[in-house]
Amino acid sequence: MQTDDFDVSAECDALVGARTDVGAVVTFTGCVRADDGLTALTLEHYPGMTEREIAKHVAEAESRWPILATTVIHRVGRLVPSARIVLVAVASAHREAAFRAGEFLMDYLKTRAPLWKQEERGSGGTWVEVRKSDANAALRWRQS
Amino acid sequence: MTILYFAWVRQKIGTGEECVSLPAHVMTIAQLIEYLRARGGGYADVFGDPDRLRAAVNQEYAPFETIIADSDEIAFFPPVTGG
Repeated sequence: MQTDDFDVSAECDALVGARTDVGAVVTFTGCVRADDGLTALTLEHYPGMTEREIAKHVAEAESRWPILATTVIHRVGRLVPSARIVLVAVASAHREAAFRAGEFLMDYLKTRAPLWKQEERGSGGTWVEVRKSDANAALRWRQS
Repeated sequence: MTILYFAWVRQKIGTGEECVSLPAHVMTIAQLIEYLRARGGGYADVFGDPDRLRAAVNQEYAPFETIIADSDEIAFFPPVTGG
């Protein structure tokens, strides 16, 4: 959790480091979209619990797929359109594990990690409501 | 007991954190919700509709029937919307 921006390329380099067993690195980067005149997003988290929830789901991903290394960065504070919000980077020997674990982590970040978005459009802010599609996306990992 | 509030729950109550001494009859999160709702104002607004809330005890999600103690850190917040 951090307020500062991150460098995707530098994070990938750090993830792999000197390892020679990594054959695939999958990254997901979430950005602020200027939907319907949105001028900024402010992200709030629960210091301590957010980190614990993320760590728990990284551990679960590591137990479900043969992944070698994981980086999750989530920004908080006020972010303007096109700013990066979140990075999930997963390294594995083969691509399938990295793709699946990355998708799993993003689905759980959206539905379990204590983070809240407030949207700014001109005057005042509105808290984002939960999307059913995000809940369904997370649920499918329990069924398969 | 420390109670934390986040997002619109924090805004409606007007603070992100407070210390509350629990009366003896408040033993579960559901009873704490009822106790806080009775304070009126922003509390009544937030705790009048518990279906819109999630709770955590000591930084773990907890169902409303969870038994709580004075030494616990309780948090109330809306369903999450990060990522």
